Amino acid sequence: MSILVNKDTKVIVQGFTGKEGSFHAEQCIAYGTQIVGGVTPNKGGQVHLGQPVFNTVKEAVSTTNATVSMIFVPPAFVADAVMEAADAGIELAVIITEGAPVRDMQAAKAYSVKHGMMTIGPNCPGIITAEECKIGIMPGMIFKKGNVGLISKSGTLTYEGANQVVKEGFGITTAVGIGGDPIIGLSYKQLLPMFEADPETECIVMIGEIGGDLEIQAAAYIKENITKPVVAFIAGQTAPAGKRMGHAGAIISGGAGTAAEKMAALEAAGVKVVVSPAEIGKAVAEVLAK
Amino acid sequence: MNIHEYQAKQIFAKYDIPTPKGLIAHSVDEAVVNAEELGGPIWVVKAQIHAGGRGLGGGVKLAKSINEVRTLADEILGMTLVTHQTGPEGKLVQKIYIEDGADIKDELYLGVVLDRAKEMPVIMASTEGGMAIEDVAHDSPEKIIKVAVDPAIGFQGFHGRELVFGLGITDKVEQGKFIKFAKKLYTLYLENDAEMIEINPLVKTGAGDFIALDGKMGFDDSALGRHPDIEAMRDISEEDADEREASQYGLSYISLDGEIGCMVNGAGLAMGTMDTINYMGGTPANFLDVGGSANAETVAKGFEIILKNPKVKAIFVNIFGGIVRCDRIANGILEATKITDVNVPVIVRLDGTNAPEAAVILKNANIENIIVASDLGDGAAKSVAAAKGE
Repeated sequence: MSILVNKDTKVIVQGFTGKEGSFHAEQCIAYGTQIVGGVTPNKGGQVHLGQPVFNTVKEAVSTTNATVSMIFVPPAFVADAVMEAADAGIELAVIITEGAPVRDMQAAKAYSVKHGMMTIGPNCPGIITAEECKIGIMPGMIFKKGNVGLISKSGTLTYEGANQVVKEGFGITTAVGIGGDPIIGLSYKQLLPMFEADPETECIVMIGEIGGDLEIQAAAYIKENITKPVVAFIAGQTAPAGKRMGHAGAIISGGAGTAAEKMAALEAAGVKVVVSPAEIGKAVAEVLAK
Repeated sequence: MNIHEYQAKQIFAKYDIPTPKGLIAHSVDEAVVNAEELGGPIWVVKAQIHAGGRGLGGGVKLAKSINEVRTLADEILGMTLVTHQTGPEGKLVQKIYIEDGADIKDELYLGVVLDRAKEMPVIMASTEGGMAIEDVAHDSPEKIIKVAVDPAIGFQGFHGRELVFGLGITDKVEQGKFIKFAKKLYTLYLENDAEMIEINPLVKTGAGDFIALDGKMGFDDSALGRHPDIEAMRDISEEDADEREASQYGLSYISLDGEIGCMVNGAGLAMGTMDTINYMGGTPANFLDVGGSANAETVAKGFEIILKNPKVKAIFVNIFGGIVRCDRIANGILEATKITDVNVPVIVRLDGTNAPEAAVILKNANIENIIVASDLGDGAAKSVAAAKGE
């Protein structure tokens, strides 16, 4: 088992024939993901990476029955692409694109919610169900199958966390990189219950960072609803206030969104909080041994 | 990207948002000419830097004569202004804004920011104008009225009513004026992809008019491409030179106070690396994310920028290669040691894509001050030890 995606998931790629889209679609196919086609306007009818190219998402969906779209469209046009996917009946859009204007994503997210389409990202590594389906840009070889679910705002910390879990002799069910922009799709609060319901997931690793209050909301949710052990790390304990740390959303403003308050809230919710990402693997081994 | 008060007021003017009359000056003589043109009898001389708290720091002063304008302009231009937002090093004042004095009856606060939880812009208003809004939020949160406005429906009548009744504005004419003001500000926020707008204080004059006495604006960097007029307002002298240089090479760099330089791929891992160094008893000298397309040139540039900081006693290169290939980073490190005089120990941890190839490259290069680490914890420990000279 896993959450959201597995070996049977049919995926199309928006921005299929572009440089990034091509490179990563090829990697996903090599991993075993069922990439069943792609969309690039005015290239409909062509075949790319052995799969059909369509002019519109609607055509792609009606021909391939894809339920998930992986989006590599450039930032200025990404909101349009997300809304097109929602309009065409896609169930989950995984938005890899970095640098999307916040106002655009606000509109795209609202439209997606209205159409019942889930989104992951933007500016994220994507989602991977170990040894079944990779939809994104993560290095697939790290993710060995196992019993740990992972949710992370940061791409490289997803790899770091998964790698440590595997080195400790465990593995991953599904890992989701949710992105660190001010407006994102699925977050901890929506993903935690999915892992709670997944019989194969026995432990959840949650990696957050400074800025916003998603981790605080997650803490409240965990306290009331999650019975499985949760290990958490919050990046940015040493980040000064008012400085943006790479991600558009990673900024401590007006004294809110600090690592300290997030760590305290998670600890109060019974989560095992580690102060260094180097401790994630060990902490997982510890909670699973109990 | 942030802009100056005088630039924010230029944008206010485009939206018909009332502000006092004012003129920007780069010299004392220009300040005097501006004051004469404005006519007086009262002027305000205001330092233009990208930071709040200018008044408390001595950067905003009232003048009652042209002579006083001259004296104050001379005093403020060229001063290093320290406020709660500049850090202890302060900021050099290179421009001053000469503005008409206003007839102030009440001081209010009005701002627009993104409410990340509601995922829509929120208008914030308070009767506690002239104070730091962070303090108001902390001490008396009930005095801040928050009205989230969904862009899908735009600014409606009820949004306006919530604001004026919340602020206790009872006069119907004044209510109308305030609602119009807030609606224009919201429109400005949306149309320009602003990230934050703050008017503190927004004053009510004796005649019952509302005027933006101050203006602070920040914009979404990702949307600047469609706002060339705002991009043109960028003041490079307000930005950190090293951070700016780094960004030209696709590096995201922020200098900090510590001794261990960091070069990492990914913002989250970069912060996590700083946290780990701190946890192990060291201090990070910087945040540096080399991004997803790091190559030999960008890595070499990263070294150059880190080494400009004389406090750096060791450098920790921590790469978890996904898209970034470790062999490229290893070559970048070798390249850097050729171009730049890397005179401190460099602790290298390379994991992920092509890590074994990278290990061979580093081993064969046999460079004295490169120390190889097996994982994040090991690398941080070795970096802390190296910075202590152990």
